[in-house]
Amino acid sequence: MNTPATPAIGTRKIHPADTTFRLSLHAAGAVVVIVLLSILAIMFMGGKLAFDTFGLGFIWGTEWNPVTQIYGALPAITGTLVTAILALCIAWPIGFGIAFFLTETCPEKLRTPLGVAIELLAAVPSIVYGMWGFFVLAPFMSEYVQPWLTSTFIWIPPIGDSFFWFTAPPIGVGMLTAALILAVMILPFIAATTRDVLLSTPQLLKDGAYAMGATRWEALTGVVIPAVRGSLFGAVFLGLGRALGETMAVVFVIGNAIRMPDSLMAPSATIASVVANNFPEAEPGTLDLAVLLALGFILFVVSFGVLAVARFLLRQERMS
Amino acid sequence: MVAAMTTDTQQPAARTPRTTPMAAPTVTATNATAKPTRIRLEHINAFYGQKQALFDVNLDIPDNTVTAFIGASGCGKSTLLRCLNRMNDTIPSARVEGAIRMDGTDINSPEIDPVQVRTRIGMVFQKPNPFPMSIYDNIAYGPRTHKLYGSKADLDELVEKSLRRAALWDEVKDRLNKSGLGLSGGQQQRLVIARTLAVSPAVILMDEPCSALDPIATAHIEALIDQLREHTCIVIVTHSMAQAARVSQRTAFFHMGKLIESGPTDQIFTMPKLDQTQDYITGRFG
Repeated sequence: MNTPATPAIGTRKIHPADTTFRLSLHAAGAVVVIVLLSILAIMFMGGKLAFDTFGLGFIWGTEWNPVTQIYGALPAITGTLVTAILALCIAWPIGFGIAFFLTETCPEKLRTPLGVAIELLAAVPSIVYGMWGFFVLAPFMSEYVQPWLTSTFIWIPPIGDSFFWFTAPPIGVGMLTAALILAVMILPFIAATTRDVLLSTPQLLKDGAYAMGATRWEALTGVVIPAVRGSLFGAVFLGLGRALGETMAVVFVIGNAIRMPDSLMAPSATIASVVANNFPEAEPGTLDLAVLLALGFILFVVSFGVLAVARFLLRQERMS
Repeated sequence: MVAAMTTDTQQPAARTPRTTPMAAPTVTATNATAKPTRIRLEHINAFYGQKQALFDVNLDIPDNTVTAFIGASGCGKSTLLRCLNRMNDTIPSARVEGAIRMDGTDINSPEIDPVQVRTRIGMVFQKPNPFPMSIYDNIAYGPRTHKLYGSKADLDELVEKSLRRAALWDEVKDRLNKSGLGLSGGQQQRLVIARTLAVSPAVILMDEPCSALDPIATAHIEALIDQLREHTCIVIVTHSMAQAARVSQRTAFFHMGKLIESGPTDQIFTMPKLDQTQDYITGRFG
């Protein structure tokens, strides 16, 4: 039997549609990089006046006085980091608990409704959280939680002679309230990411632990968590990144006092809340505006760093 | 029958063809006497949701013997294996009825703690699943979880003993603190067996333990299984007729969730009582 004759195979030629498609993909990729770099550049150039005036000391300057035109970023940076980390400490154990409940012990019927509820929590606009925080959470904090915290933890010695942990007038708004709101806001992200990480753990590994006579708790802590440690940290850092940049809800409940906090319950400010509050009044070309843009630049760098760490940790796990 | 055995072992053409039934593997020959029953299965029915996976299985599994479960995919042999150490309890929709008596106790009873069953009945899976920790910690996992050692020296000794019994000690003794994931597939499977041995189980279940391994690693594992028989009762699920013939002394053939025939391995492979068994082991199964 003869095989059928094949048509002659021609030389290489240009496929116009394919080339256009390929080039347009390059362009789409370039947009991301261009936008990112130009934002960074604009923020830096706009804030250059602040860095020129105060030098790098701008970052650790503690005074913020619009009248004398002396600006230091440390109060805002402190407020940002403290609220974000506090929020993380509250949201992480709960988010992890939700994720483990959903993947391991949740009855099949509850799984979907609970998953949807978590997604809905993520869909609540941040201004709604802000109003709820101001009208519901802050009064509750001032009436019940803060007096109790003060009387319970009065024995904790202060840091230096200015920072008194839980000893402060119970006015409701402040870093603790902001951290609680942030915790609720980042909870769905942490829960959802952690759930995905746990779902991606090979069943064979869990079976191996169960077959060794491990209980659910022993299998989780002894085998599953060590296997996905990096990814779990990645989930946490994604939450941290979101908490650092969150603006609207925080403006409502943080108290907007730009000074070094003297307590975890003291009114404070975050970088994002300072910018949001002062931007409408800052005239173009003034030091006021330059300072705000410089703050934005710092926040951008910090958030970028956190996200980079998160990506690195998530990727490390995938490779192993 | 004769044809089945010769095709399975792939005889070179130069040899004279067999005219008599293949001699049973030496393993089988030395173990002709029946051992006392370790596990007795009585009327086992297993369900996944509405689907019934096992139908009224009755079987005695003798001690110090390798029992092979054979049968086509989906015949229920792995399900039965997972009944033995209550692994089906981890699947919410699974339900197992009937009694599984080990040393007189019904370990399938709802009052029995499945976690304790699994410390007495170890399991090795299709693919090696070492935990993501050092070789030492892998072996120490069971003893640590169940607090089976007194001092650090005890634990060291237990780890060494378990690795020696799994014929892995000489290959890993200089790298006990390295990750268990860095070993080859065959070494990982022996590591998993050593991990199981560290809690001194009375029974070891193996679910196609060599299906992910090359022939040399398979030979290592099979030699190991034969050694372990001295102190434990072993149940192995396998797709390889040749492997069942090589390592087991008793064989149970399953089809569509039913136990069709069980008996001494050499009898099942040379003189099966039922045509259905013969069809399967000669490859005429359809």
